[in-house]
Amino acid sequence: MKAERETAAFGNAQNVETTVLGADEIILNMGPQHPSTHGVLRVKLRLDGERVVDSECIIGYLHRGVEKIAEHRSYQQFAPYVDRMDYVAAVSNGLGYCEAVEKLLGAEAPLRARVVRTILTELQRIASHLLWLGTHALDIGALTPIFYAFREREEILKIFEKYCGARLTTHAFRIGGLQYETYDTFERDVKRFCDDLGRKIDEYETLLTANRIWLGRTRGVGVLSAADAIALGVTGPALRASGVKWDVRKAMPYAAYDRYEFDIPTRDSGDTYDRYSVRIEEMRQSRRICLQAVEDIPGGPIMARIGKVLKPPPGEVYHSVEGPKGELGYYIVSDGTIQPYRVRVRPPSFLNLQAFQRMAKGAMIADVVAIIGSIDIVLGEVDR
Amino acid sequence: MSHLIPSSILPLVVPVLCAVVIVLVLPLLAGYIVLVERKVMAGMQARLGPMRVGPHGLLQPIADALKLVLKEDIIPARADKVMFWLAPLVSVTMALLAYSALPIGPAFQIADLNVGLLFIVAVSSLGIYGIVLGGWASNSHYSLLGAMRSAAQLVSYETAGGLALASVLLLAGSLSMKDIVQAQLDQGIWFAFYVPFGFFIYLVASIAETNRAPFDLPEADSEIVAGYMTEYSGFRWSLYFLAEYANMIIVAGIATTLFLGGWLRPLARYRDHFPGTSVELLDAVPPLLALAVALYCFHLAPKQPVKIQKLVMAGAGGACAVVALALAGALFAPASVMQGVHGAFWFLLKVFTYIYAFMWFRFTFPRYRFDQLMRLGWRFLIPLALVNVIGVGIAIVLREQFDWNPFLSLVPTTLATLGVAMWLVNDDAPAAAANLEATIAQSGDGE
Amino acid sequence: MVDDPTTKEPPSTPPVTRRVPGSAPPREVPPAPIPLENELTRRLNERFGRAVLGATLDRKQAIVSVEAGQLREISKYCREEESFEMLVDLTAVDWPKREKRFDVVLNLYSFTKNERLRLKAHAAQNESLPSVSSVWEAANWLERECFDLFGIVFEGHPDLRRILLPDEWKGHPLRKDYDILQQDTEWVRENLGIESGQ
Repeated sequence: MKAERETAAFGNAQNVETTVLGADEIILNMGPQHPSTHGVLRVKLRLDGERVVDSECIIGYLHRGVEKIAEHRSYQQFAPYVDRMDYVAAVSNGLGYCEAVEKLLGAEAPLRARVVRTILTELQRIASHLLWLGTHALDIGALTPIFYAFREREEILKIFEKYCGARLTTHAFRIGGLQYETYDTFERDVKRFCDDLGRKIDEYETLLTANRIWLGRTRGVGVLSAADAIALGVTGPALRASGVKWDVRKAMPYAAYDRYEFDIPTRDSGDTYDRYSVRIEEMRQSRRICLQAVEDIPGGPIMARIGKVLKPPPGEVYHSVEGPKGELGYYIVSDGTIQPYRVRVRPPSFLNLQAFQRMAKGAMIADVVAIIGSIDIVLGEVDR
Repeated sequence: MSHLIPSSILPLVVPVLCAVVIVLVLPLLAGYIVLVERKVMAGMQARLGPMRVGPHGLLQPIADALKLVLKEDIIPARADKVMFWLAPLVSVTMALLAYSALPIGPAFQIADLNVGLLFIVAVSSLGIYGIVLGGWASNSHYSLLGAMRSAAQLVSYETAGGLALASVLLLAGSLSMKDIVQAQLDQGIWFAFYVPFGFFIYLVASIAETNRAPFDLPEADSEIVAGYMTEYSGFRWSLYFLAEYANMIIVAGIATTLFLGGWLRPLARYRDHFPGTSVELLDAVPPLLALAVALYCFHLAPKQPVKIQKLVMAGAGGACAVVALALAGALFAPASVMQGVHGAFWFLLKVFTYIYAFMWFRFTFPRYRFDQLMRLGWRFLIPLALVNVIGVGIAIVLREQFDWNPFLSLVPTTLATLGVAMWLVNDDAPAAAANLEATIAQSGDGE
Repeated sequence: MVDDPTTKEPPSTPPVTRRVPGSAPPREVPPAPIPLENELTRRLNERFGRAVLGATLDRKQAIVSVEAGQLREISKYCREEESFEMLVDLTAVDWPKREKRFDVVLNLYSFTKNERLRLKAHAAQNESLPSVSSVWEAANWLERECFDLFGIVFEGHPDLRRILLPDEWKGHPLRKDYDILQQDTEWVRENLGIESGQ
């Protein structure tokens, strides 16, 4: 509890305390406007020289009241709002929401819809990880990988644009299935992209994985033990990098994931390098899923027969998907009307960011940026 | 003309002219080096770089310079005004002053000091004052942190670089830049091959000296905004910027003079002539090179999409052709002119290659964290440089006292230095220890 | 006693079997929530008796209602003995017509059993609940968010203050009596310098 009491004092007052050597501790404020805090995040660091003694994340700068809005929109009307939370991986948000409402309704999307959803979600995972890779490398000083990563991400966004008309906030899925059929060259585009991707990931790895400077900046930095990760509710690549082999896609499969073979990459030290390594490997596994799925798209309807007016019977459901950042959950309570009574989004970035305080203790200022980057947060999701 | 000028001032005319040329040309040159860097950066990042301002962005430096000059001069409210004004001046003055002893070819040197190298290194060190003063005067956390880090980094790597230079001096026997080049000519080999570790150490130290990636933490955007330059904008900032690029050219110049043979042609001792003329075979290489580049530009010109780009490419080809003509013409001119022109060509080529290597490193490697940077300087480079100097000393003793073949004398000492380098590089203990400290601090405070 | 609060609220319209003419009926209507009895509920009942108010199965998900006062003990038991190692989510639902208007909902997950569990505790408006942040650290920020948006006070929380909204904000937006267009106009005026148009 001592750490928490210190945090309370730290959070409420700007006292300058003295350290053992009699030197003052500085309180350094990073953000909310800062090139490296990945959105409007404010981090207050208490520094002893160059080392971080304690830290506090102040969030809420992007709070838009999405959960309140949900109570005043119908189920379908709310679907575009969920894209705007984790705006980097909009398709995953949409998948989670649509599947949660389908569970609430007792409907299931037809197989064709589920397979196409899987493909698009995995492409979105690759796109999210590419963006993460570029920005994380840029924070650490590698100026080049971001451009290569964005070059690949551009291909994915082109596929999304051809499919549903939007690149970023796609609203690709509908409750009950899909609205749009796959376009003519969809399979060919996906296959061509995936074939190329393996080589491109190798390119990024050449620049970073064995690079001495990269290792020096990321090995041993921001360590999060498995026990801490579980206690703090951390999920996603950060949890897997700490050694816990768990992925919602394997534990509680949804969409069409149980039809495909893929591995769950884990590492054991839970430092920044391991989180990097896990995400690179996840990109490869996503590519594997896409290649399998794209051979496997069955014929059939793309939309379940659930009617236009959705009034789920009163009750509640919690459904989660494995978003690129972690377990993205939707807890929806219905009171039998066309508007949900309560929609709660379980934001993976929010809980992952809570672990930052633990990870940053004892790190140096330059590491703080690396750690924030390696957690992979999107403030839209943290704040909703 | 010489009868028009009083004889007391005559010896000063050429140096003053050179100085004026340097002070005028350098900002423009620095601007165009920035453009080249941006184009090179873009090429490595699969994009185009500046394209809008002038064809292929050729007028970009002019636009940037104009913008900076016309910008509002903002001084932070509680900044120390005198120091704030003085700091960039110190940086720029020292950077420009160092050019006075730098030989750009055998004919173009403002002052041929007999302690030329010492002068340049000393003056470059004074440039650190500009950084520290700038950080202090800005009255801002970020700036002060950046300035202190920068100063510590520069001082540490000066030591390593200086020791690397010392190893070359032992071989050259003189501090005068001209004499060092002459020594390379006499000994028939560039010192980079004689003392490869010296070259390597100086390469790394010079990157750190100029605050370039991977040692650019003090100016890293993502961490402390721009370090000591944070509060500077407009013209004052451009002075710092100019100082940085001028420094880059100086260290490239030093490296070229000391390690890469200065203005010497590669294989300078191969003196075979074209039959019947006094033109050396290898001296025909520069004009042929320039001609090849010109022809390539002419070849590319029709393929450019836009008319103005065609014109500019053709113009570039034309410029290269003019250079080729000048170089060819110089072949038939008196020896001193020939030396001057060709020497300048080779010198500039080598300097540019060195700077290109700087750019290459910048866009390939991530940034070192500050403590890792200092550790690299003090625990790797300086011990290595010391060992290197001792090795070269031993090699010289072997050569002079025991009449060993010069190459042979250097081989064992270079190998010994290599062994030390491998040992030092793999001595990961301190780095791992630092990260381990952090882990222990974390887990100790956890519940 | 099986006492399922979720069916207490009077829905304003009858359940969803009304068919819109011309469109196909839903594939299957999910069954209404049914009371749940399994090993887990039996052990909980044995251990905590009256504190376990009931258990239901809604859309195949287990929900156990517990008494607010015992929340921390039951959570600890769930984590330690039933191996629900992770607190996935902690949130609240506001049923203003009820006497105990807030439903504090904890979603738990067990890695070893690959099972989920939902714990629900009920709290009245000015009633405080024990904080579970000593059981799962993840609850720290989650409870702060509940406090921020609902006004539920968690006793024993090390640092209970607002997290998403500014510290001086008045009001708890996710409550049903907080209108969607409502704002703390005073705060907006003082801090942003604008007259909020709402």
